[in-house]
This record gives sequence, C-alpha cells and structure tokens, in this order.
Amino acid sequence: MRRVRHTVPNVLLAHVALAAYTVIALFPIFIIIINSFKTRKAIFRDPLALPGPENFSLVGFETVFRQGDFFLYMQNSLIVTVASLFFILLFGAMAGFALAEYRFKGNTLMALYLAIGIMIPIRLGTISILEIMVATNLVNTLTALVLVYIAQGLPLAIFILSEFMRQVSDDLKNAGRIDGLSEYRIFFVLVLPLVRPALATVAVFNMIPIWNDLWFPLILAPGEATKTLTLGSQVFIGQFVTDWNAVLSALSMAMFPVLVLYLIFSKQLIRGITSGAVK
Amino acid sequence: MTSHRRPIRWHIGIFLAPAVLVYSAFMIFPLFGTLQLSLFTTSEQQTSFVGLDNFRILFGDPRWSGAFWNALVNNVWFFVIHMLVQNPLGILIAAVLSNPKLRLRGFYRSAIFLPTIMSFVIVGFAWKLILSPLWGIAPDMLKAVGLKFLFAPYLGKEEYALTTLALISVWQYVGIPMMLIYAALLSIPQEVIEAGEVEGVTGFAAFWKIKLPLILPAIGIISILTFVGNFNAFDLVYAAQGALAGPNYATDILGTFLYRTFFGFQMQLGDPNMGAAVAMIMFLIILTGVCIYLFGIQMRMTRYQL
Repeated sequence: MRRVRHTVPNVLLAHVALAAYTVIALFPIFIIIINSFKTRKAIFRDPLALPGPENFSLVGFETVFRQGDFFLYMQNSLIVTVASLFFILLFGAMAGFALAEYRFKGNTLMALYLAIGIMIPIRLGTISILEIMVATNLVNTLTALVLVYIAQGLPLAIFILSEFMRQVSDDLKNAGRIDGLSEYRIFFVLVLPLVRPALATVAVFNMIPIWNDLWFPLILAPGEATKTLTLGSQVFIGQFVTDWNAVLSALSMAMFPVLVLYLIFSKQLIRGITSGAVK
Repeated sequence: MTSHRRPIRWHIGIFLAPAVLVYSAFMIFPLFGTLQLSLFTTSEQQTSFVGLDNFRILFGDPRWSGAFWNALVNNVWFFVIHMLVQNPLGILIAAVLSNPKLRLRGFYRSAIFLPTIMSFVIVGFAWKLILSPLWGIAPDMLKAVGLKFLFAPYLGKEEYALTTLALISVWQYVGIPMMLIYAALLSIPQEVIEAGEVEGVTGFAAFWKIKLPLILPAIGIISILTFVGNFNAFDLVYAAQGALAGPNYATDILGTFLYRTFFGFQMQLGDPNMGAAVAMIMFLIILTGVCIYLFGIQMRMTRYQL
C-alpha cells in the first residue's frame, strides 16, 4: 500500500515537470508559426493570440515569395543533402565492409586513421579547404559542399557500419563465395541489404547537420544560385530585419521542411541515438 | 613459399579507395594545410616562413591579443554554462523520463528533442524576436507573473548577452544529453535496481547511489561532445548577433573570431595566415580535450567496469 501512495504523486509530479519543460521547448517555435499568419498590427498588439479571421494575413509569405528565391534555396539544400547522404552511405559502407571483412596489413591503422574525423571538426581545415576549392574552380558550386559533407560524414559512418557488418554471418558470405559470387557481389547483393537499419541510422544522423549547416555554405557557396535554405533564410532575414511579417514568414518557411522530416523520421532518429549510446 | 602467397586482393583497395580519397583530400590534408599556413605570413604577395610568430602576435601583440583572449575567455564561459545547465538539466529530464510507468514518454521525448533539429539560424532569430523589447512577448509574459522588473534587452546588454546566447544554445541542445542519458538509464539491468530496493535504497537515493555511477560513461560522452561542439561553435552567434558578435564583441567566441580574422570585416582586412593560426589554436584546444577524455576518463572507466 505504501508503494501506491508514493508513486501516484510522483508520477503526477513527473508529468507536471515534463509538461512544463515541453512548453518551454515548443513555445518559441509555436509563437513564430502563429505570428507568421497574422497582420503586422496583430503581431505587435496581441502576439500570443492565434491567427483568426480578423487578423489573418499572408503578407509576409507574399514578401518572401516575391523577394527571396526560397524554392531555389530549398532545391539546393535538397540536392546537397541527398547527394551527400548517398555518397556517405555508399563510400562508408564500402570502406566499412573492407575493414570488417578482410584481414590485411594496416587494417587497424586504417580504421584509426578514418576515425580521427569523428572527434576533430572538419571546420578547422576551412581555410585550406577554400584554397583547394579556389584552385579547382569549385567555389560557388554545390559540388564543393557535397565533397566537404562526404568527408565530414564518412568517419562516423564507417565506424557504425563496420560494427554492424561484423555481425553479418560468415556462413552466408562463404556460401556466396562457394557459389562463385565475386567479392563485389557479396557486398552489394548479400551484405548491404542486411545492414539496411544501420544505413538508415547513419542517414538520419547525417541529414540534420548537413541541412542546417551555415558555415560551409557561407564560405564555399555564398552565390545567389547556390544558396542553401539555411544560408538563404539567414541572408533574407538580415535584409528584412524591420519587416516583421517577412521575417516571421521566412522563419516558418525554413522550419517547415525540418518539421516534416522530423515527423517522418523521429522514431528512426531516436532509436539510432539510443541504440548508439548503449554501445 | 610461392604456393602460399595469395594473389593481390584488389577488391580491398577498391572498397577503401573512394572513402580514403575524399576523406584524405577534404579532411586530413586541409588540417595539415592549415597548420602549414599558420607558420607563414603574406605581405605584398610574398609568402615567407615565420615559425610561430603568428601565435606570438595572437597571444601578445596589442592589435590582436585583446580580441583573441576575449574570444577565448567568452568561449570558456560558453562551455561552463553548458556544463552547468545543459548537462544536469538533460540528466534530470532523462531521469524523470526513464520511469517505466510514465505515460506519454514518447511524446515528451520527441517534443523536448524538437529544438535540437532546428538550424541555429531559425533558433537564433526566433529568440532574438522573442527577447526583443520591440515585440514585447518577453516583457508581457514576465509582467503576467509579476516579474516585469526582471526584463532587460538581454541580447543587447554587454553583461548579459553571452550568457543569454549560451542559455539559448542550452535550450536547443538539451535534447542530446537527455537522449544519451535516457538510453544509458534504460540499459541498467533491472536486477541491479531491484537489489537496491531489497536493501531499502529507492527513489532519489537509488538514482544518486546506484544509477548515477552506472551512467558515468554516458556523462563522459556528453561532456566531450559538449566540449567539441562549444569550442567549434559559430552559427548561433553569427545568426543572432552577426559577425561582429555584438554588443561590443561581448559574444565573440573562437568561431566568430576565426571567421572575422580569415575573411576580414568592415575596416579589417582578411588574413588567411592569422586565420589559420586561430584555427590551429582551436584544433589544439579540441585535441587536448579529446585526449583527456580518451586517455584520462574513458580508460579509467573501463578499468572500473572490469
């Protein structure tokens, strides 16, 4: 009986605390979104009110669509993110397979070399990276961003994927070898489909930092044609500081794709983080 | 002898080559390139080797050292706030969440994690608007609870701006320690906790005496992640306060200092060599932290676990 008496108020307390923090976590996002649909007057007079028929306005979004090329920015972000993820997964899985499957001289050394980038941020080499991009004429191209993000994502991808590939049964691979499959077919046909959950985890992990990055787009690809959504919104908001409708609408526009992705992938992401931490 | 020699296994090289090439070209090589740049100086298009002179200038020359030490001290404070607020708060939320009888756990977890996936640009501007005295959300809400006197233009005052920014970053990133600690708490075997209950250790004491020592490795991980993230931070300050890290450089950290040194800003010309020197200092700080973690903390922990 004593136990019951104690747990009920405890659970209630837990709910109160968590609900309070949830409000703190969501309030700023909520307030930006509701105000982006209101008239300028309503934004200032009654910032906490929900948009209704008497104060509804899309004037901010109109400015955003007229003045900023948000669809282009979104397209750039999408191209950069998808291309980077594809190559991180492909190259990362190939290298992870080589490290997990074959015993060769320098295997451990190679694994260590590839792991340096897990802890050392790639940003520290920015000045040299920019020199390389200038020398190869890649400044203001999406290719420059993709190359940098591949290099950024590979270390952790190789680490996680090789861990998973070690768990794939040897019997399966050896059966394939007896059937005369080449090493490449064993990798692509037998092993790769089995590590799909790990591939998904790596993809979700890498997606957010690439999509949200401001540093490399600002330095390597600040041109109008190659702006990503993060950089595009930053520049747009900087120019329209005093136009509150436009700023709020731009923020909402920038939040939208991330919110959608989160709704789709949050389970995957959370499972990835928690399973990675247990290890 | 020859009969035992295996043919060269080309496929190993082919599997490794793309990753090693891209990684070496854009990660490892630029780090060495930056190190090299930091040892040279460029004047009138003549590049000459100056050894550690750039670092001496950064540490001691009055034109540079003030800004450099300011950025470094600010960065340390930025990190301290994260360690004092973000990580304890994350542990606390995780501890509350890990109660298996609690309903809506998934909802709370996803909601509290949501800010973490937002870009700094969004977060920086959103908070800038909310804290703006022009808009009045923050003062109105404080007024509603009778705390109007607490309001100040936090991001505009030199004495508060850096702490405010650090707290915004805490608000955004508390999801990471929460999630990692939560996972660590769930992985504690039920028998251990039950054994404690038999001994009469429950509730808060159970958390303090049984669970906390068992999640120390996870606390080590979140600490080093926070360290690396903080000493490499840039986006939030740039988005909220601009490259000048105002007011009056009060929010300047190493990332923004590196950006201004390298690119130049307003009256100041960009200097790749000095920029490289700043980057190398950041590299050494991060490397030191990572080494302390790997050799000092993680190794000792595995020994205790065994």
